[in-house]
Amino acid sequence: MKGVMSNPVSVGVPSPQSGSTTQRNVKSSIRDLNFFYGDAQALKHIDMEIYEHAVTALIGPSGCGKSTLLRCFNRMHDLTPHTRYEGEIRLFPDDVNIVSPEVDPIEVRMRISMVFQKPNPFPKSIYENVAYGLRVRGVRNKTELDGRVEAALRGAALWEEVKDRLGEPGTALSGGQQQRLCIARALATDPEIVLFDEPTSALDPIATASIEDLIISMAGSVTVLIVTHNMQQAARVSTYTAFMYLGELIEYGPTNEMFTRPREQRTSDYLTGRFG
Amino acid sequence: MRGQTEALEHQHIVRAFDEELARLTSAIVEMGGLAERQVADALRALSGRDVDLAAQVIQTDKKVDELEERIDQDVIKLLALRQPMAIDLRMIAMALKISNDLERMSDYAVSIAKRSQRLAEQPEPKPLQQIPRIGQSCLAMVKDVLDAYVERDADKASTVWNRDKEVDDQYTSLFRELVTYMLEDPRTISTCIDLLFIAKNLERIADHATNIAEKIVFIIHGAEINRPRHEVE
Repeated sequence: MKGVMSNPVSVGVPSPQSGSTTQRNVKSSIRDLNFFYGDAQALKHIDMEIYEHAVTALIGPSGCGKSTLLRCFNRMHDLTPHTRYEGEIRLFPDDVNIVSPEVDPIEVRMRISMVFQKPNPFPKSIYENVAYGLRVRGVRNKTELDGRVEAALRGAALWEEVKDRLGEPGTALSGGQQQRLCIARALATDPEIVLFDEPTSALDPIATASIEDLIISMAGSVTVLIVTHNMQQAARVSTYTAFMYLGELIEYGPTNEMFTRPREQRTSDYLTGRFG
Repeated sequence: MRGQTEALEHQHIVRAFDEELARLTSAIVEMGGLAERQVADALRALSGRDVDLAAQVIQTDKKVDELEERIDQDVIKLLALRQPMAIDLRMIAMALKISNDLERMSDYAVSIAKRSQRLAEQPEPKPLQQIPRIGQSCLAMVKDVLDAYVERDADKASTVWNRDKEVDDQYTSLFRELVTYMLEDPRTISTCIDLLFIAKNLERIADHATNIAEKIVFIIHGAEINRPRHEVE
């Protein structure tokens, strides 16, 4: 499980649905990743492959490092003083180490976008919330902007609800709609990976279901990495699940296997609510 | 190797869940105890020509059915309210199937008891001596598989699983013997048919014990016993 792939080749991994083996490409490869907040080591020797066009869930108790790991993917920690990355997160197909100091975090964020726990639309119109990232990237053409805003809003299953009021402030939407607006904003720039950090913890069950449905459908075209405290959510949306504890990756495999027959005692204890 | 005691040495954070699981396990054990006694008593009723004991076996069936129903309800409640995972999920899902196997065993014991009542009204047939042998093999399998369930012992369950062929062989040889009797003396046909059904019921009881053994291994290891099993024709 913790073996490091030397090449970004496609590997055979069991598909949770069929039980048969599906060929999946490795989108990103984490290699001996360590992360420090000052002297405190938050991630310890993480080795794992993230598969392309799949949903990978990171689970574990508070403080296990799952959010820290997720944030490494778009260099969020660069904003916090006295933090340090060691090791690599290689992004394919170009095999670039996204945590290397030589790589511009802005470049990383162009390719890997993030959706947060609480919906955080910009204090702008619905349209501008989605168009913002495109404008920053230099898209000026009105027709192109319109097309891409619509595509992103459709991708986030929000278009039908907002197409007649694109000029209204994003903050006027309901919580679930705001979160989908944030997903549309994340999708607008055609990212390769979308990161979700507890995306439904502030939402009611109906809005949660629509976000989960969206995450599952997104996986056909982007790679999704999701951190969640809700194990049932991880079970519902993900193809692969990684269980982390005290900064270490304890177990990683097809979700179906993890939830029915985990290999590690610590995973089993956590999943069955026997932790502590 | 996947731990034999996966997750079991720790208690749940929500203690009520532990209590509900314990209740489910004890219902299975109670049901298994009843079914085991039914099989033993049906065999004793048959060899001792004891119609009252046979009647008791038939009576017990109602209790077994009630327990099965209670287990069904408890399992549905646990699945809905606790969303069990990993070994808990396997334990709860298999409780549903094991209780079904036990209920079938109980039905076969009842069927043996009913035939023993009819046989008691007729002169003792000669081939009856063969029945206790297959009966004891069956009963030992039932007893051992229930022990394996209580002790969560996959090795013991596998041993029971392997013994099914023994009973199947005994059944086949008894079948041949009964056919010979019937050919020699057609007046024994009615009695021999009863004995044949009793032997078949015992063979089916052993099959259900074998099924339970498979489920115990699945609960503990999360994998099936993956070998072709001898099937009786």
